[in-house]
Amino acid sequence: MTRLAAHSRYPVRLSLNDTPVEAEAEPRMLLSDFLRHRIGATGTHVGCEHGVCGACTVIVDGMLTRSCLTLAAQVDGCEVQTVEGLAPSPDRLGILQQAFRRNHALQCGFCTAGILMSLDHYLRRNPSPREADIRDLLSGHLCRCTGYTPIIKAALEAAAELAATTEEKSDA
Amino acid sequence: MKPAAFDYIRAEAVDEVLEGLSKEGGNARVLAGGQSLMAMLNMRLARPKVLIDIMRLTELSRIEDRAGAVTIGAGVRQATLLAWPELTRTLPLLALALPWVGHVQTRSRGTICGSLAHADPSAELPLLLVALGGEVHLRSTRRRRRVSASEFFVGMMATARAEDELIEAVSFPAHNGGRCAFREVARRHGDFAIVACAAVATPTGVRLTVGGVADVPMARDWPCLDGSALDDALNGFAHELDARDDVHATARYRRDLVRIIGRDLIGEVLQ
Repeated sequence: MTRLAAHSRYPVRLSLNDTPVEAEAEPRMLLSDFLRHRIGATGTHVGCEHGVCGACTVIVDGMLTRSCLTLAAQVDGCEVQTVEGLAPSPDRLGILQQAFRRNHALQCGFCTAGILMSLDHYLRRNPSPREADIRDLLSGHLCRCTGYTPIIKAALEAAAELAATTEEKSDA
Repeated sequence: MKPAAFDYIRAEAVDEVLEGLSKEGGNARVLAGGQSLMAMLNMRLARPKVLIDIMRLTELSRIEDRAGAVTIGAGVRQATLLAWPELTRTLPLLALALPWVGHVQTRSRGTICGSLAHADPSAELPLLLVALGGEVHLRSTRRRRRVSASEFFVGMMATARAEDELIEAVSFPAHNGGRCAFREVARRHGDFAIVACAAVATPTGVRLTVGGVADVPMARDWPCLDGSALDDALNGFAHELDARDDVHATARYRRDLVRIIGRDLIGEVLQ
């Protein structure tokens, strides 16, 4: 049994986008705040802080996770993936990100980090999604610029492109 | 929108959880998937002194299909149950209704037992437990007991769990191949239900269970009714639920949904 006292800080170690990171957190610190304020990874956005808006969605040990409904202490030793890990290099966007750019699937961009994480997670596991599947997935996110239509278009376009890339690889 | 301070206990054995609950009583809350509790903490609607995290206890993460019942441990996440290959065969009602519980992004973390512990009147899982006549398995340092669904939910977000008790598991009677139907009306798929209904065939007729209207899920058993007899029964039930107006819908609209969805689902199950 491990007991962390309310007003003390404890080290939290995790793998963030395949890089080990460590910082201190009080037991009550949310993963969203830990990422932004302790690690400085501000790509993950914080909207409603009660699990409704989806802006803070990240991936913890392969599970889509609202980082505002998760304590930093809970993910000690876990693998966390955030939007910062999507681009293959600092000067290049990933296929999904490029599709978002082409289709104007973001306006203010506040909800985008969370939506990208949900879609990245989903498309890896479901390479040929139907539009209805994408809509169902997006029901877990709020976009107040009401950009859902271009988001769906970008997601389907990215899925098609990812499928083509995979085929080429298998032919090689 | 940040939780008040609490001690965090990461339990490595069930006994540690029980001892913690016994010692701290109402000052402690059990943290599982966190999809209801963390929101309550963030809004400071709950201010426990101690959180006991049970998610590293592998003995609580089992799904067992035995002796005509499916028993689901306190650590089983909603997504895990939904992906369980035996679900459609053993618990077809849950296979129909689980996709309505929250969103992909919350089912991935949220647990079955956690939703029951939270006992939101609009949540699907309490409704499903009442519909199928399941049991909640409670355990403390003092005793182990099982409480039937109809006795477990005692009011809005209130259950029969004593402060020192852990919901160790929940069991649903398997209804292999039994006819059932589920439907929900919400403003957005995955949001809390304005009205949710489940109909299940019984040996003598049908049971209709309604969530989102009264403080707890309410069930009625009827023989095989149709026509005006069914309309009258549904209308009587809709009024007994004591619907109230709120920001989401009027009481009248809720009664309409009970009458209309109830009729459709019973038709589906009895056809």
